[in-house]
Amino acid sequence: MLSIKNLHANVEGKEILKGINLEIKAGEVHAIMGPNGSGKSTLANVLTGNKSYEVTGGEVVFDGKDLLDLDTETRAREGMFLAFQYPVEIPGISNATFLKTALNELRKYKSLPELTPREFLERIKEKANILGLDETLISRYVNVGFSGGEKKRNEIFQMLMLEPKFVLLDETDSGLDIDALRIVSDGVNVYKNEKNAFLVITHYQRLLNYIHPDFVHVLYKGKIIKSGGKELALELEDKGYDWIKTEEVEIDKA
Amino acid sequence: MTGKEFYIDNFKIFQEKLNGESKSFLNEIRKDALKSLSELEFPTNKVEDWKYTNVTPILKQNFVPAVNASVPKITEKEIQSYLFQDFDCHLLVFINGLYSEELSIVGQLPKGAVAGSLRNLTKENPELLSKYLNKISITDNAFNALNTAYALDGLVVVVPDGIIIEKPIQVLYLNTNDKENVLSLPRNLVVAGKNSQVSIVANYRGAGEKIYFSNIITEVFADENSIVDLCKIQNETDDSFHIEKVQAIQKKNSVFNHYNITFGGSITRNDINSRLDGENIETHYYGLYMVNGKQHVDNHTFVDHAKPNCMSNEVYKGILDDSSRGVFNGKIIVRRDAQKTNAYQQNETILLSNKATIDTKPQLEIFADDVKCSHGATVGHLDETSEFYIRSRGVPQELAKSMLIRAFANDVIETVKIDPLKEQINHMIFEHLHRVEIKTE
Repeated sequence: MLSIKNLHANVEGKEILKGINLEIKAGEVHAIMGPNGSGKSTLANVLTGNKSYEVTGGEVVFDGKDLLDLDTETRAREGMFLAFQYPVEIPGISNATFLKTALNELRKYKSLPELTPREFLERIKEKANILGLDETLISRYVNVGFSGGEKKRNEIFQMLMLEPKFVLLDETDSGLDIDALRIVSDGVNVYKNEKNAFLVITHYQRLLNYIHPDFVHVLYKGKIIKSGGKELALELEDKGYDWIKTEEVEIDKA
Repeated sequence: MTGKEFYIDNFKIFQEKLNGESKSFLNEIRKDALKSLSELEFPTNKVEDWKYTNVTPILKQNFVPAVNASVPKITEKEIQSYLFQDFDCHLLVFINGLYSEELSIVGQLPKGAVAGSLRNLTKENPELLSKYLNKISITDNAFNALNTAYALDGLVVVVPDGIIIEKPIQVLYLNTNDKENVLSLPRNLVVAGKNSQVSIVANYRGAGEKIYFSNIITEVFADENSIVDLCKIQNETDDSFHIEKVQAIQKKNSVFNHYNITFGGSITRNDINSRLDGENIETHYYGLYMVNGKQHVDNHTFVDHAKPNCMSNEVYKGILDDSSRGVFNGKIIVRRDAQKTNAYQQNETILLSNKATIDTKPQLEIFADDVKCSHGATVGHLDETSEFYIRSRGVPQELAKSMLIRAFANDVIETVKIDPLKEQINHMIFEHLHRVEIKTE
C-alpha cells in the first residue's frame, strides 16, 4: 500500500530524514519508535504534504500513485489520514461543519452523493459511541477548550468518520492517561482490518500494549537503523535506545 | 469649478427645485450649513482624524445632488435582488437618497410610531422633526456640512414611549445612475422613546454605470430604557464613495447595538459616535470590513462615557486582500464622573496579501479612577497550521481558507440577531471571498 524509498527531507534547510526505506502492506500495523529529534514527526508531516517540510530526495508510492506529487488534500482524498500530535484548535468552526465539509469532499472525490443530514447524524452517533464521546461535542468548535485527551480522542473520531485507508498516528499516546489510552486504542482496533494499514509513531512502548504492531522500526538520526517484530519494542522499553545507538556506532565503524 | 464651489453653486438650483419646501424649518438649518460649508475645508491628511484617508479622489469629481439629477427608473422586480430576504420586515426604499413611495412597503405600525421619509415628514409633522433633527449631530467637517446643507430626505423612525416595533425595518439605499455622477445624501433620524424598542437594517447597495458619492448622517436618540439595533451592511459599487457619520445619544438604561459591515466602496469612511448620557447604559459596536483590490475603508469609532455604571463593548474585524487598505481608530473617553465604567475594545485584522495594509489605533482617555477598560489590536495572516489541518482532512485549499475566514468573521456575524440576515451576510462573505459578482438581475 505504501512504499517509501530512500526518502530525504529538510526542515529549515537542515536535513532531518536521511534515506528512509519502508514497505507497508494492507492489513499491517507498523510502529516507528525513536528518541526525540530522530525525525519521527518529520516523516508524518512529509507523508501528509506539509509545506514546511522539504523533500530533497527519494520516492513514496501510495497505492500505485506518486504520493509526493499530490497536494495535502488529494492525499487525504486518496485515503491518507494523520492523527496529529498536536491537534489544532479552530475557533468559529464547529466539529459538525468541519466533518461534514471533509466527508463531502471525500465523497465528491469518489463520485459518491453527499450524505443526507440524517445519515450524517447517524454516523456521528455510531462513531461517537465507539469512543464514548458525548454527542454534544459535535456542536462545539474544533478542539477549542478540549483537554489533551479529548483532542486525541477527537482525532480518532475523525478517523472513524472519514474511514481512511492508511492511518498515521503521530504520538497519539502522549498526554493520555491509561483510560483514555485504552479508549483511543479500542477505536483503532475496531477500525483495523485487512484492507487498511497503520503507521504508529511513538516514543514509548506503552501504546503498543494496546495496538499490536506487526513490525517495529527504530528511527535514529533520520534513518531506520533496526527493524523487527513486536519483541523489539519490548526490548527498547527494557534497555532504552542506548544499546541500539551503540550498535549503530559499531556499524559505522565497521 | 470643483469641490466646494460646485456644491455651493448648485445650492441655488437645489433651492429652486424645492419650491414650497424651501419654506420649512429645515431650510434654515440648510442655510446655516451652507455657511459652514463655505467656511470649512474638506479634511486633508494633515488633520489627525483623517491622517490615513485621502479624500482627494472624492473631491476631484463633481457629484450632482440627487434632487438636481435625472431620476432612474427602478422596478419592483429590480429591487428584489438587492433586498435581504426571508424575514418579515417593513421596507423603505431610497433611490439615490430620495424616498420611493411606490417601492416601499411599510406595514401597520403601532399607534404614534413613524417609519417614513424625512421629506414627507418635513411637510406632515415639522414640530416632531424640529425637536430632534440636527440637534444630536454637530458639524465636524465639510462632509457633514454638505449633507446638512442639502438635507432633504432620509429615513425617519420615531418610536413613542412604551412602544415596541416588532418587525425589523429594512431600509434599502440603492444608488444608481447611468447618466450622471450623483451625490446621494441620506439624512437619517432614529428616535426611540422611553421603554421602546426598534431594529433597523440599513442596506446600502449600488448599481448603474456612473460612479456616485453617498454622504450620510444618521442621528440616533435612545431615550431611557430603550433598545435600538442598527445594522448597516454596505455593498456599494467598488468605484463609488461612501462616508457616514452616526451620532447617537443614549439616556439611562438604554442599549444601542451598532453593526457596521463593509464590503463595497472605493473609499469608505465611517464615524460612529455614541454619547452615554446616563447611568447603566450599554453600547455595543460590531464591525466587519472585508475588501480587496484598491479599496480603502476607514472606521473611526468613539464612545463617550459621561456617566457612571455604563458598559461599552467593541469588536471590529477586518479581512484585507490585494492592495486594499484599512484604518481603525477606536476612541473611548471615560469622563471624571463615569466611575464603574466597563469599556472593552478589540480590533483584529487578517491580511490575505502582502500588499494589504492596516493602520489601527486604540485611543483611550480615562479621567475616572474606578473603571475597567481594555483594548487590543492584532494584525496577522491566515493561520497556516489551521489551514494544513483542514486540508489534511481532504478539504481543498481555497475552501479551507474560506472556512477560516468565515470562522474569523464569526465573532461579529454571530451577534446579528436576525438569523436569515446572518446567513445572507455569511453568504456575502463567501461571495466576496470567491470574487463572485454580488448578484444583480
